[in-house]
Amino acid sequence: MENAFTEVAFWTLSIVTVGGALGVVRTHNMFRAALLLVVSFVGVAGIFALVNAEFLAVVQLLVYAGGVAVLVIFAAMITTNVTEGNRSTGTQPFAVLVSLVLLSALVSAIVQAEWALLPDDMPAPLAAAFVDTPAALGRMLLNEFVLPFEIAGVVLLAAVIGALSLVRER
Amino acid sequence: MSPLKDNSIFSWTYELVADTLGGPEWLAYGLGALAVIMVVVNGFLLIGTIFTWMERKVVGRFQSRVGPNRVGPFGILQAVADAVKLLFQEDIVPRRADRLLFNAAPIVMLAPSLLALAVIPFGAGSYVADLNIGVLYVVAMSGIASLAVLIAGYASGNKLALLGSMRAVAMLLSYEIPLVMALLGITILAGSMSMVDIIAAQSVPFVLVSPLGALIFLIAMSAELNRPPFDVTEAESELVAGYLTEYSGMKFGVFYLAEFSNVVLAGALFAILFLDGWEWAILPSHLWFLIKVFGFLFVASWVRATLPRMRIDQILTFAWKYLFPLSLVNVLALAVETIAWPDPSGLQLWIMVAINWAIAAAAIPLLSLVVHLGEPARAGRRIPLSEEVF
Repeated sequence: MENAFTEVAFWTLSIVTVGGALGVVRTHNMFRAALLLVVSFVGVAGIFALVNAEFLAVVQLLVYAGGVAVLVIFAAMITTNVTEGNRSTGTQPFAVLVSLVLLSALVSAIVQAEWALLPDDMPAPLAAAFVDTPAALGRMLLNEFVLPFEIAGVVLLAAVIGALSLVRER
Repeated sequence: MSPLKDNSIFSWTYELVADTLGGPEWLAYGLGALAVIMVVVNGFLLIGTIFTWMERKVVGRFQSRVGPNRVGPFGILQAVADAVKLLFQEDIVPRRADRLLFNAAPIVMLAPSLLALAVIPFGAGSYVADLNIGVLYVVAMSGIASLAVLIAGYASGNKLALLGSMRAVAMLLSYEIPLVMALLGITILAGSMSMVDIIAAQSVPFVLVSPLGALIFLIAMSAELNRPPFDVTEAESELVAGYLTEYSGMKFGVFYLAEFSNVVLAGALFAILFLDGWEWAILPSHLWFLIKVFGFLFVASWVRATLPRMRIDQILTFAWKYLFPLSLVNVLALAVETIAWPDPSGLQLWIMVAINWAIAAAAIPLLSLVVHLGEPARAGRRIPLSEEVF
């Protein structure tokens, strides 16, 4: 029963994700496109939850559906014609090319990667990490990966300062 | 198979269907889960409905009025009468509206707060799920509500509604940061994000250990809930009713219910995170939880009756220049104390209480010396009108 449920859930979520993403490119209404993007994000969060990565699922909802999507909608509202979409700039073939290259790179990376299946009798610390993912992620971020973590922080700070200096009253 | 197995409502329904009636397992499982959802969601919405009546009554008393007193004893059926009236009201969709999104907005508004209920423990051992990321989950759900506000504002096809929703979202995004920082402090103290663990960790209620956190949570929460003094979204004098302008009938009813239910949810969160949840002596745990939630609701009505509305620029300034540094101070203090005493004993916790109250007493007046909300008009400097900000 559990397997059948997982199958159904996976395919439903995949259809939601891919359908949402297709909708984003197809619809001319900018506002609806942004909302379809949210649908796609929620689908991805569902897939994260399905593979027992609850923490990632919730962060996906929090950061993408709650934060990024709202910013995208704000940006879309500033464009000249929200409901009709903007005039084509003739860069569509180029965009298709870039996305195809990106897609093939991602697919080949996923296919060629060696996915180590977890053994059924996991060593205790590994099993504990799967029960309490946030704690394990937190330890890794602040021990082994502290440098990338701090660099990401500095990059974000630079972005904030840049944005502030752009909009500063002169 | 899942945490549902521990749930008494679930197992009762499950056994009724599977054993007594001899139904198939999947049906018993589904019906059991539905029974849990029915009880939790309806109980929650019932409290939300009671709160609509209670707030009118409390605010009425604050203003030397009687409040609703015609329908039923003490007017307690007023909420029912309102709902019936809304159901019979004509359902109007403006011609310029985006029909699909216009209808979807109330659902997007109410659904996240119902989803967030899943991790709220209502009493000893009664919760739907004890996620190890409970706090984060609730924050993520409350973040989706800001989308609903934007959808409603855009789909109404009304400039005032759009303006109201833009303001609302600017405010929601700003206050989400101090709110999350206050919750971060609690997570550091409890060493867990699970609601059940947080209640278990409170040998001293966290409202005493982290007074700054509780204050920031209260203020940021009332902004997240669009309640006075932060209710600029529905500033009648400027924006008619903000993003709610074009809504009528039961669609308005759903928005209204979501607004009040969210206050109940916030009360439940405050009770869990700062008031030791359902734990206390003598009375049964569910009753204690309800008492704490209604205490919060009373304070919320009290604030509504007392404080005047702030201007949108003041609100944003307050969030970024005052609450945000305050929440940083709070997190820093709690983190240092947790490093010093990773597993505090009773006495150490009381020392932490003393230190944190001293920090709060110092930080609040010090910061208010630096930050000015209403800047005095200086020559050559124009105070921006609220419309220009959003």
